Amino acid sequence: MARIAGVNLPNDKRVEIGLTYIFGIGRSRAAKILEAAGVSPDVRVRDLTEKEIAALRQEVEKYVVEGDLRRRVYASIQRLKDINAYRGIRHKRRLPVRGQRTRSNARTWKGPRPAKAGKKR
Amino acid sequence: MPRSTNKGPYVKESLLKKVQRAKRGELSEIKTWSRASMITPEMVGLTIKVHNGKVHVPVYIVENMVGHKLGEFAPTRTFRGHGGMKKKRAPGLT
Repeated sequence: MARIAGVNLPNDKRVEIGLTYIFGIGRSRAAKILEAAGVSPDVRVRDLTEKEIAALRQEVEKYVVEGDLRRRVYASIQRLKDINAYRGIRHKRRLPVRGQRTRSNARTWKGPRPAKAGKKR
Repeated sequence: MPRSTNKGPYVKESLLKKVQRAKRGELSEIKTWSRASMITPEMVGLTIKVHNGKVHVPVYIVENMVGHKLGEFAPTRTFRGHGGMKKKRAPGLT
């Protein structure tokens, strides 16, 4: 089991996929990292040699991932809230930020529908 | 899609002039309708009154706002809430 970028221990998937278990690394970044580290995307994580793991660790280091990334995202949202920008206000109210309709849908942000008056008999 | 950087930030000329005059103390308040203007570093510390379609909302410019547009700080809609009628009618229904 490989431990890269802190608590992340991917499993017996191919490294290409295993790397995406790290917050901040998706498919395209995983591919870039593997190429830069000179590791084949097809090997299983459990079959990685110590050397390969070290190379991957070094490459992953170059990106902002996990806690640091989460903190950064949170900080930018907090900034929008602090300056009272329109987007910040939308965040404060837990409504969609990017101009989506809210007359219907937008359930991800608004949560489950409130019980409708008069629906019960 | 953001504006091309080679054009530079958009700031209405009249607003720019007003900002300069305010900095020299010739103008006590800046009113503008130009919500699309970008906030530039020179504006930090000023209060600009931005039109929201009805009135001019005073916006105190802080450093963090640089790069945003004036309109982002003067909301055009006021949400007064839903369900006022329901609250009144609900006891009568049962």
